[in-house]
This record gives sequence, C-alpha cells and structure tokens, in this order.
Amino acid sequence: MRARGTLAGGRMEKNVTQDYLSLREQTQARDRSLRDKVMTLEEACGFVNDGEHVSLGGSTASRTPFAMVWALIRARKKNLSFSRSIVSTEGDLIFASGIGNHILTSWFSQGIVWGVSRVMRHFTENRLARFEEWSHMSIGLRYRAGAMGVPFMPMRSMMGSDVAAQLDNLEEMTCPFTGEKILLVPALNPDVALIHVQRCDPYGNAQLDGLTFMDIDMAMAANRVIITTERIISNDQIRRRPDRTRIPFFTVDAVVEAPYGCAPHECFGVYEPLFSHMDYYAELTRKEPMEGVKAYLDEYFYAPENWTEYLNLIGLDKLLDAARRGRSIYDD
Amino acid sequence: MTIEAKDFTASELLCVMSARALEDGQVVFAGVGIPLLAATLAQRLHAPGVTILFEGGTIGPHVVPGQLPPTTNEQRCTRKANMLVSITEVLLLLQRGYVDVGFMGGAQIDQYGNLNSSFIGSADDPSVRLPGTGGGNDISSLTRMIVAMPQEKRRFVENVDFITSPGYVRGGTSRRDSGLIAGGMYRVVTDLAILGFDEETGRMRVEALHPGVTPEQAQENTGFELIIDASVSTTEPPTEEELAALRHLDPDKVYTA
Repeated sequence: MRARGTLAGGRMEKNVTQDYLSLREQTQARDRSLRDKVMTLEEACGFVNDGEHVSLGGSTASRTPFAMVWALIRARKKNLSFSRSIVSTEGDLIFASGIGNHILTSWFSQGIVWGVSRVMRHFTENRLARFEEWSHMSIGLRYRAGAMGVPFMPMRSMMGSDVAAQLDNLEEMTCPFTGEKILLVPALNPDVALIHVQRCDPYGNAQLDGLTFMDIDMAMAANRVIITTERIISNDQIRRRPDRTRIPFFTVDAVVEAPYGCAPHECFGVYEPLFSHMDYYAELTRKEPMEGVKAYLDEYFYAPENWTEYLNLIGLDKLLDAARRGRSIYDD
Repeated sequence: MTIEAKDFTASELLCVMSARALEDGQVVFAGVGIPLLAATLAQRLHAPGVTILFEGGTIGPHVVPGQLPPTTNEQRCTRKANMLVSITEVLLLLQRGYVDVGFMGGAQIDQYGNLNSSFIGSADDPSVRLPGTGGGNDISSLTRMIVAMPQEKRRFVENVDFITSPGYVRGGTSRRDSGLIAGGMYRVVTDLAILGFDEETGRMRVEALHPGVTPEQAQENTGFELIIDASVSTTEPPTEEELAALRHLDPDKVYTA
C-alpha cells in the first residue's frame, strides 16, 4: 500500500472519510421536516458545489442519473470528484466536459459488448484524469460504513492484489478476536448523491423497483441527496405502500421529475437501454475519441433547450422501443 | 443418442466446455459474457438446478434466450429470479461462503492464475488502461474460481503486469499468507484445454486437451511452461444437442461471435 496522502501523480487525495462529529453536526443542521422539495434540474444544480464529491446511483447502464449529470455538465461545474459502483458512458462525459477529473469506481467503460472506452483511455493514459480503482465490494462497504456512521468496515477481499497495492487509504490489521489478517476500508460520505428512481413524492420518499445497487447505503451516507424520478406521486400513494419506500424523505434535499431521466441507459420496468444510441456513441468515439465525445456533448448536452429537447434529439422511435422492452419485464 | 458436432466456432467450444465444468445444484457467481452464457447453458442441459448469482444483485435468474444482458446490471439479468438484493449483499454471499463457483472471463492470466483486467504495461504509465476489476477481485478472493478465456500467448503470460484478481499470487503459500484464506483458482477453460493448478506450487497444469489438440499446441499458445502429464486425457467433443441449445440462447452471437 502506498504512503498515505500521495497519489501516483503526486496529488493529494481529498479525504472523503468525514470526522464523525462534523458529519453529525452537518446532518443535524439539515432541515429534516416533511416539506415540498420539488424543483427543476437547473435549480437542483445549486445543491452541488464546485470541488465536492458526488456519488452516482445505479450501476453501468442501469438507473444512471443521466438527467442530473446532464444538468451539472450544462451548469459547467468544476473540480468535482465522483464515485459509483460501475461507471459507463457518463464517466466519459464527466471527463470530456471538464466538470471532474477524478472518478472512484470498480469498472469503467460503456459496457463489455462495446469494448474498452477510448475516451477513458485518452484521459487516463495521458494522465489528464484519474480512474481510482477499488474492488466492487469495497466500494459498497465504504458507502455502508458511511451510512452506519462508523469510520471503516472490515473485509476479506483485495488483499494480495495490486488493486490494494495502488491505494493509499487502506489498512490491514490482525483481528483482535481470531488473529486473522483482515482489510479495513474507510467510510465514504459523499457530499452529494444523485439517485434516479421510478417514483417519489414531493417530500423525497423514494420508491425503487428492481435492482437497488448501492443506492440505499449511498443515500444514507451522503450529506445531500438529489432524487430525480420518472414521476412524482402523492404522499397518500406513498403511505399506501410504505414498504416500497427505500429512501426516507429526511435524507433528500431535492426532488426533480425527469421522465426518461436515465436515457440512453435503462430504468427497471420502465425502459431498457437505448442500444442503438449506445452503439452510435461507441462508434462516434472509436476512432477519434476526443473529437467524437466533444461533438456528442455539443449536440446532446449543450445545444438542447431543455431535457425534453434532449429526448427529442435521441428520438421518439428509440424511446418507444426501449419503453416496450422495459415494460416487458412484467409480462412473464 | 449423442451426435458429435462438426462445425463450431472457438467461442462456442469454449462455452460448451465451460458449461460442462458446472455441476447440478451448485451456486455459481457468473460474470458477463461467456460465463453468463455458459451458466445459462448448463441450466438447460445437465444442471437445471444451478443457481446463478449476478453481481448486479440477482439471485437465481433464468436468462431469456435471445435477450442476453449487455452487463450483469440490467433488468434482463433479473428474469425469473428468486430474489433481488443490493450489489453489496450479493457480493457478501461470497464472503459468507454460500457460493460454490466464481465463474469469470479473463483478459490476461499468468502461471499462478492471477488475472489482469486493469493495466497493460506499468500501472504508473500504462500502454493501455483496461476497464478494471468490477467484481472480479472480490470473486477470485473469496471463492473457488473457474475462468473461461481463449488460449493465446499474449493472454497467457508468465507474470501479469498487474494482479487485478488474485490466483495463487506468487505461488506456494503466498495466497494464504496475504490473507486470502479461502477459495482459489480451480479451472481455466480455454478453446484448447482444461487447465488446473498444482496444489503445492500453485502453477498451471493441463488437466485435459480438447479433441485434436496436441500438448505441443497447448504449450505453443502459452507464454510460460505448462505442466503436462504424458498421460493427459482428452475431452469429449461438443454434441449437436449442446450446440443447438447454445445457438438458441445466443442467436445473435452477442457472446459467441
């Protein structure tokens, strides 16, 4: 394991493991009352400050909070760092737009069927940005420790590997009870978590269908949470099925209705990935990664007036096809 | 009656041989690509009671033919599943000891079964930055592993540039000494052979060769010295039944091109 505090490129790492009392103080200071938090994507950008650590919900091409990432890029945020279980296209766009040059994740490319991301390669191989690699489970346990209000979690993987050898904020210890060697990973308390869900009420009670990935721990660990949702439902609806509510309102700061908010990725039971659009992106960035991704940002991120116009550019035929496939999960 | 198949691709052979490595009743943690396809194939052939786990958080799915998921995180991975949990929970099942086999593909492997999916060249100045571990490091750290990958000299190297997913690390007792006291590499299934590992040294050896493959061919396609017994056995060729089931699952050749 590397000497503490320095990285491969000699940069200092921002310490995302927050002091317990300051974490509690920050939580206590939040307005935790049951109140309306509905706002626009643009307004929600106000909850993300330059230089902060932002965690993204979902995994790979599933429940990616694309609408919110899209809004942050358009708002020209600066010096953000990010974490996510597995990073897909949104990682390319974060690097290429310049809103962040540090992503902590376990895997980074659009998806295995599209091969290795040329944009990720450009930025990492030329040391323009950092892809900090942790094992999948270690990221999950870091969010969990953050959610639990404890400083670390013990675990049994990563030891013996170069993944651990590359990292500077890990500790091995001898278990005081069994004498076994065990690895400790530090809590991760993101400044902000961006999570997209199927349903949420105006107060932030969020209901998720299907795979929850690391979203629940992430929401509990974060100091602020922005929920984007396929639709806003009433609090009465929430109270009819409170067992479906996975993220409690008092962790949430902003609620934004963003239909097709994961496009071109999937939202469980609502739409599958827009495969042809993802094929198009992969092709566009294969030969000339930077030219391709810049053109993509111009066309799909900077040019549209609003999220509806972005969806228009992607195309109704593609959205309907993805929706048909998405809903088919309930046909069995 | 089983009929020997005549025409098949290298990846179809790889898929059939990998499926055969699974036993009925096992709990199998499968990665995307050939492992996902081979585990699903095993369910439809000799091992209907195989329980598949996907790292997206799926317990016991049955993937629909022709609708193979692009990664192990999309809704296609959840069809006819018994339970959906978080990523962290499904990975913790490995640590708790509920999993019989971890089943993954590989970009680069070495004589001790260490896998590299992170860097070609040095980590500080790589010639290629690869996508990384995903669940690979956790799976290979915590359970018995089967790896499916094509056997080529550039992929089978003496020592990997970077140990993303540990096998027997530097051989001997080094895996255990590093703190990984459970699991380890069990089989590497390739388009040429079934490979295993010497219990003492942790080095790769040939368990069986596929029909028509010579020991010399297996060695020529490997960047280090393989342990090969003179009496090494030969696998049974894929059958028409196995290939028909495989082509039904992947008609668009997403994973068997």
